[in-house]
Amino acid sequence: MRPLKILLIKEFKQIFRDKTLLPLIFALPLIQLLIIPLAADYEVKNINISIVDNDQSSYSEELTSKVLATGYFKLAGYSHSYKESFKQIETDKADLILEIPQNFEQNLSRNGFEKLFIAVNAINGTKAGLGGSYLSSIIADFNHKINTEIVSTNINSEFKSIEVTSLNWFNPYMNYKIFMVPGILVILVTMVGAYMCGLNIVKEKEIGTIEQINVSPIKKHHYILGKLIPFWIIGIVVFSIGFFIIGWLVYGIIPVGSLLLLYSYLALFLIAILGFGLLVSTYSETQQQAMSVSFFFVMMFILMSGLFTSIDAMPNWAQKIAYANPVTYFIEVMRMVVLKGSGLAHISKHIFIMIGFALLFNTWAIINYRKTS
Amino acid sequence: MKQLIVFIKKEFKHVFRDNKTLLMLFGLPIAQIVLFGFALTNEIKNSKIIICDYAQDVSSLQITERISKSKNFEIKKTIIDKGQIEESFKEGDVKLVVVFPVNFHNDLYHKNKAQVQVIADASDPNTASTLTAYINFIVGSYQQEINNGTDGAIKIIPEIRMLYNPELKGATNFVPGVMALVLLLVCVLMTSVSIVKEKEKGTMEVLLVSPMNPFTVIIAKAIPYFFLSLINLTVILLMSIYLLDMPMNGSLILLYFVSSILILCALSLGLLISNVTETQQAAMLISLMAMLLPTVMLSGFMFPLENMPLPLQVVSNILPSKWYYIIVKSIMIKGLGLMSIWKETLILTFMTIGLLFISFRKFNIRLQ
Amino acid sequence: MRTDIVIKAESLTKKFGAFTAVDNISFEVYKGEIFGFLGANGAGKTTAMRMLCGLSIPSSGEANIARFDVYKETEKIKSSIGYMSQKFSLYEDLTIVENINFFGGIYGLSDAELKEQSNILIERLGLKINANKLVGELPLGWKQKLAFSVAIIHKPSIVFLDEPTGGVDPITRRQFWDLIYEAAENGITVFVTTHYMDEAEYCNRVSMMVDGKIAALDSPSNLKREYNAETMDEVFYILARQAKRQSD
Repeated sequence: MRPLKILLIKEFKQIFRDKTLLPLIFALPLIQLLIIPLAADYEVKNINISIVDNDQSSYSEELTSKVLATGYFKLAGYSHSYKESFKQIETDKADLILEIPQNFEQNLSRNGFEKLFIAVNAINGTKAGLGGSYLSSIIADFNHKINTEIVSTNINSEFKSIEVTSLNWFNPYMNYKIFMVPGILVILVTMVGAYMCGLNIVKEKEIGTIEQINVSPIKKHHYILGKLIPFWIIGIVVFSIGFFIIGWLVYGIIPVGSLLLLYSYLALFLIAILGFGLLVSTYSETQQQAMSVSFFFVMMFILMSGLFTSIDAMPNWAQKIAYANPVTYFIEVMRMVVLKGSGLAHISKHIFIMIGFALLFNTWAIINYRKTS
Repeated sequence: MKQLIVFIKKEFKHVFRDNKTLLMLFGLPIAQIVLFGFALTNEIKNSKIIICDYAQDVSSLQITERISKSKNFEIKKTIIDKGQIEESFKEGDVKLVVVFPVNFHNDLYHKNKAQVQVIADASDPNTASTLTAYINFIVGSYQQEINNGTDGAIKIIPEIRMLYNPELKGATNFVPGVMALVLLLVCVLMTSVSIVKEKEKGTMEVLLVSPMNPFTVIIAKAIPYFFLSLINLTVILLMSIYLLDMPMNGSLILLYFVSSILILCALSLGLLISNVTETQQAAMLISLMAMLLPTVMLSGFMFPLENMPLPLQVVSNILPSKWYYIIVKSIMIKGLGLMSIWKETLILTFMTIGLLFISFRKFNIRLQ
Repeated sequence: MRTDIVIKAESLTKKFGAFTAVDNISFEVYKGEIFGFLGANGAGKTTAMRMLCGLSIPSSGEANIARFDVYKETEKIKSSIGYMSQKFSLYEDLTIVENINFFGGIYGLSDAELKEQSNILIERLGLKINANKLVGELPLGWKQKLAFSVAIIHKPSIVFLDEPTGGVDPITRRQFWDLIYEAAENGITVFVTTHYMDEAEYCNRVSMMVDGKIAALDSPSNLKREYNAETMDEVFYILARQAKRQSD
C-alpha cells in the first residue's frame, strides 16, 4: 500500500498546485449546470402566428380571437396577403400562417363547407407538426361550436365523446428542469472523468516523467490506481456540489430514492468512465491525440445517451449503440432513483451492465498499458 | 512568403501524420451527420406501454387493438390492477399506461360520454407529452369513426401546408446545427491546443526568436485548420445533400463565404484561448467543456430559443454558432440571398474582428 | 574486483520491423566502473540502454543486469538500477523535497530514510535555501544534478545515464562528473551515454557504437593508442566515418 500512498500524495499535490486547472474543473461544470437547464425546454409554445384575414367577418374574428386565446400562439401580426405573411416566415418573425379566405362565413352558411389555409415553417419538424395540430384542433372546436350554436336543432344528440384525461407521474407539472438537471450533471461528470484522468497520464508521457516511473519497480496497477483515485474523488465532489447545491438548493430537486444507492452507482460509473479515459491514454502519445479521441467518443456518448432525444425514438441499430453507451445507463439510473424512487432491485440490470463496462475498460487499459515495450 | 509556405507545410504534416486527430476532424462530422440524419428523431416508435383494462368490453378492446397496430406503441402487457403501474415505471422500460375504467362501453353508448385515463412517466416530460399526444390522436380518430354521419352540418376543412420540409424530417433542422457545432468546436479546439502545445514544449520561443514575424507564426498555424475546416464543410454538405436529401436552395458561394467567416471567427477564438492559457489541458478544458454544452443548447437547434428565459436569450447572442445557424438555414433551406442575412453576417464579422483584435493585443503584450 | 560482472550482454539485438537498431552486441561491465557508451545520434545507444533498463524487450540475445535476466526479471532489474533519461524527468510542479520523497518512496525507502537521504542530498548539492522551491524554477544545471542525485537515492548497484549533460554549461558539467565519480567510489556502477568526447576521457572504459554494432571497446588511453589519435574526438571521427546509416 505504501507505493500507492506515495503516488496519491504526489498526484494530489500536483492537482492542487495547478491554479488554472482545478478552478476550471469545478467552476465550468457548475456554472453550466446552473444555466443550461433553463434552456432545455422542448415544450412547443409561443408559436408566432401571422394571420391573413381576407373575410373580416364575425366568424373570422371569432376564430382568430379563439386561436390567440389558447396561449400556444403569439400574434406576429395581421397582414393583407399571403405574400406579406410569407416574408415574415422568411425572416423568422412568424412560424405559421393562417389564411382565412374571402367570403368564409358566407360560403360556410351557403355551402356548408369552406377551406382554411394553414402554412407552417417546417424546418423544425417537431414544432411544425405540433403547431399544425394545435391549430387544427382549435379549428375543429370552433367548427363544433358553430354547429351546436347555429344548427343546434340539427345536431345529433347521439354524439359520443371519449375524453382522454392524462396524469403525469413523478413530475406532475411537466417541469423540464427536473428532467434536465440530473442528465446534464451526468454529462458534466462524464466530461471530467473521461478527459482529465487520461490527459494527465498522456501528459506524463509527453514530458517524459513516465519513463522514470517505468524504470522503477512500481507495479503498474499501483500507478494506474494512483491516477484513478484522485479523479474519482474529484468526480464525486463535482457531482455532490452539482447535486446538492445546484440540483437541490437552486432547482429544488429532492431525490425520492436512496442516496446511498445513487452514490454507489456514481462510484461505479466513475470507475467505468475513468477506465475509458485510461484506455484512450494507453493508445495516445500526445495530449492532442488523447483529446481528439476522447472528444469523439464523449460527443457520441452524449448524443446517444437519450438525454436530448428519446432512445425510444431511435431506429433499432441506433438503440443498440445507445445501449452500448455507459452514459445512457447512468442517466436512466439518475432518473429512476432521483425522480421515481426506484430501488436496488429495479436497477440491478443497470448495475451489472455498469460493472461490465468498468471491468472491460479497465482490464483492457491495464493490459494495454505497458511499462516495457 | 516562402517561410510562410514552409511553415504551413509543417503544420499540415503534423495534422495528417496523426490519424487520431484526423478521426476527430473528419470522423466526428460524418458520425454526427449519420446520427442526426438517421438516429436522432423525435418520432417515438415501439414505445412499451401497459394497458390496464378494467372494462374488457367491445370498445376498450377495439381501442386497444388500434393502439397495438400503431407503429408508435408496443403493448407490453395487459393488466387489471392499477397497483402494478408504479412498479413498472420504476423498472424503467414502460413509459405509459392506458387505463379503461369499468363500464367503458356502457358509458360510451348510453351516457354518450366515456373516459380513458393516460398515466405517463413524466420523469422524461418530452417523451411523456409526445406519447400522450399519440394516444389522444388514436382515441380522437376512433371517436370520429364511431360518430361517423352524426357530424354537424357545417364543415371547416383546414388545409395544412408544411413549408420547406413537407416530410417533417428532423435532419432539416439538425444539419445546420451540426455544421455550426462541428466547425466551431473543432476549429477552436485545434488552434488553441496546437498553439499552447508549442508554448508548453518551449518551441514557441524558438519560433518567436526566428526571423519570422510572430504574426506569421500565428497565421501559419491557423491556415491549415482553415482549409481543413473548408474540406470538412464540403464533406458535411455532400453527405447531407446526397445521403439525407437536404435541399440546397441558395447560393453555394454565399454559403462558403459565410462559413469562412465563421471559421475565421472560431480560429480567432482559439487564438484568444491559447493566449490566456499555459497548458494544453487548460486550453482543452475551456475549448470543450466550456463551449460544448452552450453551443449545443443555446444555438437554437436543440431547444427553441424563444422558450428560454430572457437572460439566456441575451447570452445566446454572444454565440457565433447561433448566428451561423440562422444563416445556414436561410441559405440552404429557404434559399435566401445576402440581402436577407446581411445582418447576421455582419455580426459574425464584427465578432471575428473583435476577437482578433483582443488576441493580437494580448499576444503583443506577451512579446514585450 | 574486475571479476565482479554487473552487466553482461551477449549478442543483444533489437529490431523494429526490418530495421535493426541494435545489432548483435556483446560486452561486460564490472562493478564500480564508469562505462561510457558512445556513438553518433541514431547509432543505437538509447535503444541498447532501454533494453538494459527493462524498458524494452530485446528481439534476441541474452543480457543480465545485476544477475537478473532482461526477459524474465525486468521488475527485479528495476529495483536494483537507477535511471536518468535525456528528457528531464523530475516533476517541475513539485518542490525539490517533494520530488525526493516521491522517487525515493516508489523505490521503497521508509519515511525515516527519506528524511535522512533528502537532508544529505540537499546539503551536498547546496540547495538548502531552495529546498521548498518548485523544481521548474531551478536553472537547468541544478535540475540535472538533482535528477542524478534522485536517480541514485535508493543506492542502486547500477545507474544508467542517458546523455545526462545535454545543454549544460562546462562548469556544471564538471560538477556533474564530480557527482558521478563520487557515486562510483561508493560502489555504484555508472553506465553513461554521451556524445561529448571530452567526457569519454573521464570514463574507465568506453564502447563506440556505429550502425548498431560495437565498433570498439577499451579504455580511452588504449583506444587512442590503437587508432593513433591525440584525443577521443579523433577516435570518434575515425570510427564514425565508417557509418552507413544516416544520423538524425
